[in-house]
Amino acid sequence: MVKEIERAGIPVVHVCTVTPISMTVGANRIVPAIAIPYPLGNPSLDKVEEKELRRGIVEKALEALTTEVDGQTIFE
Amino acid sequence: MAKLKAVHYINQFFAQIGGEEKADYPAELRVGEVVGPGLAFKQAFGDELEIVATIVCGDSYFNENLDKAKADILAMVKEQAPDVFIAGPAFNAGRYGVACGTICDCVQQELGIPAVTGMYIENPGADMFKAEVLTVATKNSAAGMKDAVAKMAPLALKLAKKEEIGVSSQEGYMPNGIRKNFFEDERGSKRAVNMLLAKLAGKPYTTEYPMPDFDRVDPVPAIKDLAHATIALVTSGGIVPKGNPDHIESSSASRYGEYDIDGVDDLTEETYETAHGGYDPVYANEDADRVLPVDVLRDMEKEGKIGKLYHNFYTTTGNGTAVASAKAFAEEFSKKLVADKVDAVILTST
Repeated sequence: MVKEIERAGIPVVHVCTVTPISMTVGANRIVPAIAIPYPLGNPSLDKVEEKELRRGIVEKALEALTTEVDGQTIFE
Repeated sequence: MAKLKAVHYINQFFAQIGGEEKADYPAELRVGEVVGPGLAFKQAFGDELEIVATIVCGDSYFNENLDKAKADILAMVKEQAPDVFIAGPAFNAGRYGVACGTICDCVQQELGIPAVTGMYIENPGADMFKAEVLTVATKNSAAGMKDAVAKMAPLALKLAKKEEIGVSSQEGYMPNGIRKNFFEDERGSKRAVNMLLAKLAGKPYTTEYPMPDFDRVDPVPAIKDLAHATIALVTSGGIVPKGNPDHIESSSASRYGEYDIDGVDDLTEETYETAHGGYDPVYANEDADRVLPVDVLRDMEKEGKIGKLYHNFYTTTGNGTAVASAKAFAEEFSKKLVADKVDAVILTST
């Protein structure tokens, strides 16, 4: 799906936990996530902390979308 | 026993009639003639199999007059009643490859006569027909004629004699999706360790489970003005409105969902859940923002950090879903994203 969105001319960031899969699939902008069942969360945190964590990942994703990349790039 | 019979199909170029300027040459039956590459086949067949006729047809003629060409050639083959039909090899000539695949498929289906062809792996005819027609992988130019005939001739003989065809890796045809069971001499663990040792030593090895080919797309330029950008959310994590109204499958999804999140500030346990059957759904069901961060993007929209969150999100379950399906889903919804001037997409996966 990532590639078809990009092929349509829209920049896309892939937020996922297993970044090697994303590399294999061919995403160009990749942001690592927390865990497979909760990529943008962490149930062991309280609600406020968890939302801050999620905000951090989303900000990273937006940073990736505003950054020019040459090829496949993981935004750690 | 009477000698077995073959009919050979070639194009105008290999019949030495001419090149592109003669590509509209209509189908022609030459009984008793062995032409061009047929001579190499004849040598390879020896006394066992005889090319009783050669059919010559221009590549453009075949593809532009498909129905007539097919009907004419089928009639010619039927008249000769061969034990096997051979087409090409076509190497990397696209129209020739498509013609070879088409006519072989036709001869097999309509006349029940087995067929074999050969072409380069990237010839469009290969993808179209390799599952239906035994298609030998050749080099990309006629310089590979010797190799091609060396693989096609034994296959043609086996087909004519109605002998069993071996596995693709040994017989040299392109894998056609049919599995053959056989006993390996060495057990799996030993083969795996041998492969690993070869890989570590930089030596060649052959995988027993090739990964599919993934194509690549160049990165699209970054967005310039985040504060005015429309951002859309897409997920393969299966987030859906509670109750999964479109019944998206928990694995091997055949469809995706498009859901309006206008006025939705937070995905809650009461309103959203996951349809995905490939991970523990407890956490996503408790709070679907953990997969699809609507809450955070709404905050950022209010703060003016982003222009707006697109009013729809797109979702499917990435669990066992065919690459071809995922590709088709995204092709379809990307058109809407483009039409609605979405500037960028955040795609989340579980």
